[in-house]
Amino acid sequence: MALLEVDDLSVTFARRNQRAVHAVDGVSFSVDAGEVVGLVGESGCGKSVTSLAIMGLLPKQPGLRVGGKAVFDGTDLLQLDDRSRRDIRGRDIAMIFQDPLSSLNPVIPIGLQVTEVLTRHRGMKGDAAAKEAAQLLDRVGIPDPKRRLKEYPHQLSGGMRQRALIAMAVACQPRLLIADEPTTALDVTIQAQILELLKDLVRDSGTALVMITHDLGVVAGMCDTINVLYGGRVVETARRRPLFREPRHPYTVGLLGSVPRLDAGRGEKLNPIPGSVRDLLPWADGCAFAPRCTRRVDACVGQPPELVLAHDGRSYRCVNPAPVPGLTPAEAAPVTVAGAADVPVADEPPAPAAGPVPAPREEEKP
Amino acid sequence: MTIISRKKKEKIDRLAELAARDDERGVSLWQEAFRRLRRNPAAMVGAVILGLFVIVSVVGPFLVPYAPEAQHWKDEIRVGFLPGVRAENWFGVDHIGRDQFSRMIVGARQTLLVGVVATMIGLAVGSLIGGIAGAAAGLGGRWGRAVDNVLMRFIDMLLAMPSLLLAISIAAILGAGLTTVMIAVGAVSVPVFARLLRGSMIAQSNSDYVLAATSLGVRKPKIALSHVIPNSLAPVIVQATLTLATAIIEAAALSFLGLGNNDAAIPEWGMMLADAQRYIDIAPRLAILPALGIIITALGFTLLGEAMREALDPKLRK
Repeated sequence: MALLEVDDLSVTFARRNQRAVHAVDGVSFSVDAGEVVGLVGESGCGKSVTSLAIMGLLPKQPGLRVGGKAVFDGTDLLQLDDRSRRDIRGRDIAMIFQDPLSSLNPVIPIGLQVTEVLTRHRGMKGDAAAKEAAQLLDRVGIPDPKRRLKEYPHQLSGGMRQRALIAMAVACQPRLLIADEPTTALDVTIQAQILELLKDLVRDSGTALVMITHDLGVVAGMCDTINVLYGGRVVETARRRPLFREPRHPYTVGLLGSVPRLDAGRGEKLNPIPGSVRDLLPWADGCAFAPRCTRRVDACVGQPPELVLAHDGRSYRCVNPAPVPGLTPAEAAPVTVAGAADVPVADEPPAPAAGPVPAPREEEKP
Repeated sequence: MTIISRKKKEKIDRLAELAARDDERGVSLWQEAFRRLRRNPAAMVGAVILGLFVIVSVVGPFLVPYAPEAQHWKDEIRVGFLPGVRAENWFGVDHIGRDQFSRMIVGARQTLLVGVVATMIGLAVGSLIGGIAGAAAGLGGRWGRAVDNVLMRFIDMLLAMPSLLLAISIAAILGAGLTTVMIAVGAVSVPVFARLLRGSMIAQSNSDYVLAATSLGVRKPKIALSHVIPNSLAPVIVQATLTLATAIIEAAALSFLGLGNNDAAIPEWGMMLADAQRYIDIAPRLAILPALGIIITALGFTLLGEAMREALDPKLRK
C-alpha cells in the first residue's frame, strides 16, 4: 500500500456565466514511503492546484469542486474535517513553497516561525523549543543558527530563507513532503544546494517527497518516478531512466527537446513546442495536447485518449505515441527496473492511428 | 597578481567584523522604518513641534506665572479696550481680565489630553471591531463572512453620518464636558480605524506566509494574532498619528460650539477661540494665538504622520 494514493483527483472552478475551468482533471498517482515522485509540466498544467488540493489549502470559494480521492496512510484527505486536517498538516504532511521570501512572515524573526510549528505539533515551549529550532536550522545547513533565529526574513539570503522554510517543514519529521517548485526563485548554485539538502533529508529520514517542478534538470537529478502533466491530466508516467531515454508521449518528447543541451552541436536550434497552453481542448473532445502536437492524427480528436499501460509500469495517454528511439528490446532491457515482468513489448513500433491498447498492469518493485 | 599584505587582510577582517556586529540583534521592520524616519527632514520638524508641545503641556502648568482662572486685571478692562502685550502679561489679558499666556500653556495640556485620549478610544474600539471583522472575513468561512457583514454594516452606519454631526449628537446625549468631547471625537474616528485594519488584514490573509503557516497546521486564531495582525498594523499606526491632528481640531470645534468643558479653571484652546470672537476687532491676538496653537500642533502631527506613512510603506522602500 502506497503512502499517498491520489485517485482520479479533479478540481473544478465554476464561475458565473462562464465555462467552468477544469484545473485538474482525473489525476492519479501514488507515492511510496521514501520515494521521490515528480509532477512535471508547464505553467497552468495543474501541478500546484494538485498539491494544494491534497493539502486542502485551496481557497474556499463558491464554485470550487474537488472530486476523487487522496488517500494518505488509509485516510482520505479530501474527506477530512478542518480540525483533523490541521492536525495532519505540518505533522504528517508538510509543504515547501516556491517563493521563500513571501512565504516567511516579514515582521517576525525566523526563530519564532520555526518554534511555532514545534509548539503546535510537539508541544515544545521556551528554551526547549528554541534549542530544537536551532538544531533544525543547523540540520538544514544554516550556519550560526542561534544568531539566525533572532533575524528577520529580509536579512537572510534567498537560499538561507528556503532552508529556513525547509526547516519548518521538516520540524515534525513528516512522512510526506510536498515541494512546490522549491528552487524556482533561487539561482542555479543555490538550487543545487537546496536539491542536495532535500535529497539528504529524504535519504536520512525515509520521507516521501512529491516534487513539483517545470525544470527537467531538477527531475532528472531527484525523482524516482515522474508524472508529466498537461492540461490538468497525467499524460505520461514513468520511472526516471525510461522517461528520459524513451519518452513516449509527444508532449514529453517536446519538453525534453526544448531543453538546451551542452552536447548539442554549434548553431543547433532549440525545438520549442509550437503554440501555447491557451489553445487547450477540453479533454472530453479529445487530447488536450492535439492542437500543438506534431504527431496528431484523426483519432486524437473526438474522444479522450485512454491511459495506455506499457511495459515496466509506465503509462501514457496517447493514441499515436513517439517511437522508441532506435532501440531493440534487448537494448531496452537493462533500462527496465529489475523485477519487471517481461511482457513482450508489443506496442513499441509506432502504430499510427492505433486505438488505445490495453496492456496488463504490471507490478513494479523498485 | 598582487598579494595582499597580512596587515591589510587583518584590517579588512576587522572592518567586516564591525559591519557584521551592526545587525547582530536583527533589524525589524519597525527599526528600519524608524531609521528612515530620522533621515526625513519633514519628520524631524514634526517631531520637534510635537516634542515642544508635549514638554509645554506636561511641565508648563507648573511654571505658569498666574493661575489661569484668576482675574487679576479685571479693573483695567474698559469698553473697547483690553490690556495688550506687556511685561507682566506676555500675551496680554483676555476679556474678563485673565492672563492669556498662562491660559495658553494650561490649555495645551487639555488639547493634548483630549487629542490623545480621543485617538486612543477610536484606535481601541476601531481596531477591536476591525480586527474581528478582518480575521473573520479573511480566515473564517461562511460564518466569518456573516460576522464581518454585521460589523461592517454597523461601521458603515457610523461612517454615513457627517463626523461633526455625529460628535455633536453624542455630546448632546452625554451632556457637555471634557469626557464627552473625548468620547465624541473618538467615536468619529472608530470607522476609519475599523475599515483600515479590516482591509489590511484581508489583504494579508491572502499572502503566501499565511498559506505557509496554514500548511504547517497552525490554528486560525494563532495565524490571525501572530501573522496577520502584526503585518496589518502599519497603516493603522500612521492613521493614528494623522487622527491625532484631526482629533485636536475636532475637539476645538466642539469646545467652540460650547459642548466642551465649561469649567473656567481649565482653559482649552477651542473654548478660548470661541470666547475671543466677540473681541476680534479690539484684541485679535486673543483669537489668533489659540488658533495658531491648534494649527501648529495639528501640523506637527500631520508632518510626522505623513513621514511615517512614507517610512512604513513597502512600495516606497528602496
